[in-house]
Amino acid sequence: MTIALATEAPPFDLPGVDGQRHSLDDYANAPALAVVWSCNHCPYVQAWEGRMIELQREYGDRGFRLVAVNSNDAENYPEDSFDAMKVRAEQEGFNFDYLYDDDQSVVQAYGAERTPEVFLFDSERRLVYHGAIDDSREESEVTERYLRDAIEAVLAGDEPPVSETPPVGCSVKRKP
Amino acid sequence: MDIEFLYWEGCPSYPEARQLLGEVLAAREIDARVEVREVKSQAEAEALDFPGSPTIRVDGRDVDPAGAAGRPALMCRIYRKPGGGVSPVPTREQLEAALS
Repeated sequence: MTIALATEAPPFDLPGVDGQRHSLDDYANAPALAVVWSCNHCPYVQAWEGRMIELQREYGDRGFRLVAVNSNDAENYPEDSFDAMKVRAEQEGFNFDYLYDDDQSVVQAYGAERTPEVFLFDSERRLVYHGAIDDSREESEVTERYLRDAIEAVLAGDEPPVSETPPVGCSVKRKP
Repeated sequence: MDIEFLYWEGCPSYPEARQLLGEVLAAREIDARVEVREVKSQAEAEALDFPGSPTIRVDGRDVDPAGAAGRPALMCRIYRKPGGGVSPVPTREQLEAALS
């Protein structure tokens, strides 16, 4: 089950494509933290990936951190293996941490079902926004920028104008 | 003209693709039989050479030949748009070209 608004961020400690392990505590100083379920093979993720990079670039100097997590079953979806993640992060120039949830314990804790699916936490690590990055996979057709607006609100010490939207994307590929 | 529309329930793009196909057929006044088939297992995906959802074939030819050789799998299919970028559904232009 997906965690509810105001829930404290479930902890994690996962390997990243940079060769380091990354835990929730590593982001303790970030005033806003977006944990985004992601992967390599999904066209919805690929359509939104550039906007993830842009958000990290735009808000990084204000302390915002975006962390992408891939929990997909790499045995049945080898496009999403840890080695393939490293290649994609390099090719696409990811400016955020890209973590591998091999045993799927973290996706179980958060209850994410789609890629991409956003969980935005405030400075106290309470969930303040959950759902889609914005309202269209076609960037030219976006009219509502949910995550951007939520980040702005959190950085200003306010509540996001919209706190929940339905995530749109591929299903998280659970292990049999 | 025979059209196959193969989809996997786990990817949310197929209703949009089915609607787009219907619009293109209607706009061109093409009276074609569309066989809609759900792919439910990896074994079926392999048997049908299903490189992701949705896959549309017109008289046996994939509407996106470049993507037709992808690994058979139960996943969303990636369509590359002519102007750059990707989409989980074929473009209207791809469908029109396949139906012409």
